[in-house]
Amino acid sequence: MKTAETNKLSGRKQNKSAVEEIAQIVFTICASFTILAVFSILLYMFLNGMPALFKVGIKGLLFETVWKPTAAEPQYGILYVILTSVVGTFMAVLIGVPIGILTAVFLAEAAPNRLAAVVKPAVELLAGIPSVIYGLLGIMILNPLMYKQELALFKDSETHQFTGGANLISAVLVLAIMILPTVINMSETAIRAVHPSLKSSSLALGATHMQTIFHVILPAAKSGIFAAIMLGVGRAIGEAMAITLVSGSSVNLPLPFNSVRFLTTALVSEMGYASDLHREVLFTIGLILFVFIMIINILMERIIKKGGNMDA
Amino acid sequence: MRKQKDALLLFLIYLAAAFSVLLLIGIIVYVFAKGIGVINWGFLTQVKSTLKDTEGIAGNILNTIYIVVLTLLIATPIGIGSAIYLNEYAKKGPFVRMVEFTTQTLSGIPSILFGLFGMIFFGSVMELGYSILTGALTLTLMILPLIIGNTREALKTVPDSYRQGAIGIGATKWYMIRTILLPSAMPGIITGVILAIGRIVGESAALLFTAGSGYLLPNSMKGFFSKILESGGTLTIELYLSMAKAKYDVAFGIAVVLLVIVFFINLLTKVLIGKWSNYGKNKD
Repeated sequence: MKTAETNKLSGRKQNKSAVEEIAQIVFTICASFTILAVFSILLYMFLNGMPALFKVGIKGLLFETVWKPTAAEPQYGILYVILTSVVGTFMAVLIGVPIGILTAVFLAEAAPNRLAAVVKPAVELLAGIPSVIYGLLGIMILNPLMYKQELALFKDSETHQFTGGANLISAVLVLAIMILPTVINMSETAIRAVHPSLKSSSLALGATHMQTIFHVILPAAKSGIFAAIMLGVGRAIGEAMAITLVSGSSVNLPLPFNSVRFLTTALVSEMGYASDLHREVLFTIGLILFVFIMIINILMERIIKKGGNMDA
Repeated sequence: MRKQKDALLLFLIYLAAAFSVLLLIGIIVYVFAKGIGVINWGFLTQVKSTLKDTEGIAGNILNTIYIVVLTLLIATPIGIGSAIYLNEYAKKGPFVRMVEFTTQTLSGIPSILFGLFGMIFFGSVMELGYSILTGALTLTLMILPLIIGNTREALKTVPDSYRQGAIGIGATKWYMIRTILLPSAMPGIITGVILAIGRIVGESAALLFTAGSGYLLPNSMKGFFSKILESGGTLTIELYLSMAKAKYDVAFGIAVVLLVIVFFINLLTKVLIGKWSNYGKNKD
């Protein structure tokens, strides 16, 4: 009796019913979707982004500063566009990260429960606000504010092109605000992951709470906080709609009061009407942005892995 | 000296935290003050028309619903399937590492690049042009990581004893997944789906060059279905275009609608996550 039962069971295992087989196959196909997607994106980005690089020439594209894609003799120098993205992202991170880390410290270490219960949902809501709304507020609030500064600063200048306040600073401020939720959430997780024994040992040795936070907890959470910063960099360099109108969108050297164009805003403002080589150059801009993002992702992966090893 | 330094640091910490809260309050107050007056029944139920001299966002509201529904119809089954594979079938190996790596990569790609890829691949290569379907397919790639991640987390919280129990009484694996795992993981899956709705409603860069900017309502039953192959701008796209044309009152009107939707979704996820964690606790 017992052996018959066992045979029956193992028999069932061997002839897996067709439904079981199909289910497994379908799930495997679903799982391979993300692989397919990433490889297609990679393929089409390179396929469409490379041609212009050869047609215009690497020097004419990447190291020239004149952008006149629709002129009779078009010029496609995007050095200023690349520089603007790099400088703008750097400045946004410089402003956003300290505020973000301090807020994360507040949530994880300093806040009484009742206050944390106000700040935490506020940060979550900030993360949910659509980027176009940040852009709208940038235009309505920041640009007029910047225009006043501009009028005061450049009233005697004869060479300055007035921008109406749509300049690099406005865009940087919008970006700094937009990366806050990302930086706060990731840093808070990193700070909370620090082993409590470190904190209690530090306090037991007579360090104050603030000394413990800034000399023990934050250094211990270093790798997680770096990951948070990299994530912020990725968000800032990839943001498009919020800063397209706020930044003024003409190609200039990224100086604070210049109207500037980012890699992302170049795509938004020109893709709609560009054709032929101009369009291909825009794809190259997309490719450059893609390469930046991949570098950031790989760096982040490294940092997180390293951090994980250190904990183990 | 040390006391003063500590006090200063604490002050800075509180200042930083206050910044987020004040920023949020400022944004809400400003947007509502500027936009609430624009909103009336006509604004929500009419389409903009120079001929009739009306301003309205009914078409854009409908387009947003189209894109949300279509994207979820495509992305949810794939995402859940992928999560089930990763959590229930897969053995550690290069394929799983690849799936995990690419899922993470997808979540790091900025939406403007999804838009570019969607325009090239779904728009040109697959010849779908500027259409709601192109937009939905593009957004599918964007929200897949969200749905996969949330479903996986939910599946992980289902105790192993459920699986062993089901298999032990002779259920097949697919039957076990269908009748035990998926229902138990449902709150988590729904949370993921709602988060995805939030992302789709707020998305703009990925849609500008894929779904386009159409704003008309379909005028027949047939048009209702063929609409997915026509261009359709969501609320965010219409906001952006109004802003670019300096029609700020319309822009603020849409901003109010978007904020209300976003806050409602946020609240809903909170409630669900609360329920979900309680649910887990009761089971343990």
